[in-house]
Amino acid sequence: MTFRDILASIYTNYIFRRFLFFLLIIWIASTAIFLIPRLSGQDPVKEKLLLEAQRGGHMQAGLEEMAAEYSRKFGLDKPLLVQYGNYMADLFRFDFGPSIAYFPKSVNSLIGDSVIWTFGLLAVCTFIAFFVGTIAGALLGWPKSPNFLQYIFMPILTLAAIPYYLLALVLIYIFAFNLDWFPLFGGYAVATLPEWSFNFAWDVVHHAVLPASSIVLASLGFWALGMRGMMVTNQGEDFMIAAEAKGLRSIRLFFNYAVRNAVLPQTTALALSLGTVFTGSVLVEVIFRYPGLGNTLYQAIKLNDFFVIRGMIFIVIVTLGLATFIIDVTYPLLDPRVSYKKGS
Amino acid sequence: MTTATTDASADLTKKTFRRRLEDFGRYIRRNPSLGVGIALLASLLLFVIIGYATYEVERFRPLSGGPDLAPFEPDPYNPGTRDGGYILGTDRQGRDVMSVMIAGIPLTLQIGLIAGLIGISVGTILAFVAAYYGGWVDQVISTIVDVGLTIPGILILIVIAVNIQSGLSVQQMGLAVSAVAWVWPARTIRAQVLVMREQLYVEIARLSGTSGFSIMFKEMLPNLAPYIGASLVGSVASAILASVGLEALGLGPFDSPTLGMTIYWNIQFSSILHGMWWWFGPPILVLAMIFVGLFLITAGLDEWSNPRLRKRV
Repeated sequence: MTFRDILASIYTNYIFRRFLFFLLIIWIASTAIFLIPRLSGQDPVKEKLLLEAQRGGHMQAGLEEMAAEYSRKFGLDKPLLVQYGNYMADLFRFDFGPSIAYFPKSVNSLIGDSVIWTFGLLAVCTFIAFFVGTIAGALLGWPKSPNFLQYIFMPILTLAAIPYYLLALVLIYIFAFNLDWFPLFGGYAVATLPEWSFNFAWDVVHHAVLPASSIVLASLGFWALGMRGMMVTNQGEDFMIAAEAKGLRSIRLFFNYAVRNAVLPQTTALALSLGTVFTGSVLVEVIFRYPGLGNTLYQAIKLNDFFVIRGMIFIVIVTLGLATFIIDVTYPLLDPRVSYKKGS
Repeated sequence: MTTATTDASADLTKKTFRRRLEDFGRYIRRNPSLGVGIALLASLLLFVIIGYATYEVERFRPLSGGPDLAPFEPDPYNPGTRDGGYILGTDRQGRDVMSVMIAGIPLTLQIGLIAGLIGISVGTILAFVAAYYGGWVDQVISTIVDVGLTIPGILILIVIAVNIQSGLSVQQMGLAVSAVAWVWPARTIRAQVLVMREQLYVEIARLSGTSGFSIMFKEMLPNLAPYIGASLVGSVASAILASVGLEALGLGPFDSPTLGMTIYWNIQFSSILHGMWWWFGPPILVLAMIFVGLFLITAGLDEWSNPRLRKRV
């Protein structure tokens, strides 16, 4: 085996190719984030500094220091290519600089404070929606399931078309404002401090019910529709006919033959849906003033805090790329028909 | 003689038109989601047309009436003339909510149409170039499309919108959203072209020496038109979704009463905590009608343009 053969075999390796793709996502995204502000000809950072300087106020103290830090960090007198290099080096070290609005707090610590809330909320929501939606879709795509299921699930399927935050507004009005069953906003009661206790955990769950319900209700349909489509496609396949001819029990046909084969593409859809779930939940967090990433992003947009916006978008894209990579790499373990070796 | 023929031909066209309408009616009965979807959007358009004809739409501007008025609550700022109040009340800044709805629906649809049309055109061209030429061209385009699918478009749109900011107009909003609207059409149409490329008539056209350009746009494009039409509806829907999301985050045209900006003002002034259902209710209802309508039309058109999906169960 020559060196060239080894190189070739590495290149055709499935995992390696997926990893290259992951790097490409990060490179393209970070380059876009670098170029867009320069193409627009405006400088949000400088504008923000000028604005605050005109206003005076509480920002005055850090202004000089920040301006110095800003020009030193970005070397604005340097050529574009050098700026690009510095920028990429900073990103590579996950150094996004200080927040403008909450100086000298760093972007990283702002994101760190809120990431756990979003992660917790979205992980639970995605799990429930995937599970319930897939079962609903399987039942809807199964010819022998009772008719009334159609009438129960069809309205829920149409909810798939509606953005999460519209549902959030409706739920908050009915269940928090009118019925007063759940709190109106926040991740935990205003007077309490986060701690490890049963009461606090209960409080967090109580606050999360409405935001979670709006995300779950609005994303159920996506999973149900995908699953139903796959179930219908599987219906005419040879293995289904063979299993039926063997006289297997209906329940066994359903779970071991139809569902088991239909659920595989759902896991690929999981990779693509993560982005949708995150971006969809941003406004849900804003509406419920949930202390997660979405709300931090919203505050940053309102305060024109460009470093926070940039850092957060970069981190989210890296996370999504990484999740996609992990799902892509584990997929062949789930589905033996897809092999590591064949390439994409 | 001439009058007779024109009469006859008029009669004929009338008949065919009627026939077509009947055919359409029969098809709608087999494909109810298309019918319901069209009905939802048509009722909104009717609402806008009647509204522009009979209502003072100009009152979508702030300070047109007193603030925070419930429906039919007398307006203390315009005594005598406005004792009957406003049909849907006013918002915190004194906009007439009814006028905002009448003016906002076409604006929001306009953003969706601009972005959807640009997205589908760019996507179609890229898809044809990639699928027809294949090789490295296809690899480059497909890889970019795959990357674009993994990166949520709205995040890139946030970076764009944060940097334009000052005085975004409705048209610019449409243009901005179109920056990410081409990705999904490019992918799905490419898959269709790949299948079509192997068909005999394309082979024959190629053997008879037709240029690649005219094979793509004279032979294949007309055959894909129904499919592209169906994806147009889908991309208009996702463009509206993206634009309303951006606007609700406060990155939209501030002086236009689009539906997304109405949601933004609602969030900004916590209308729910003040129980102002007449302010947040209408935009939610209208947006739900638009999204569900477009969703049903997409599902219906999918079945129409892709006969393999037709009612297998």
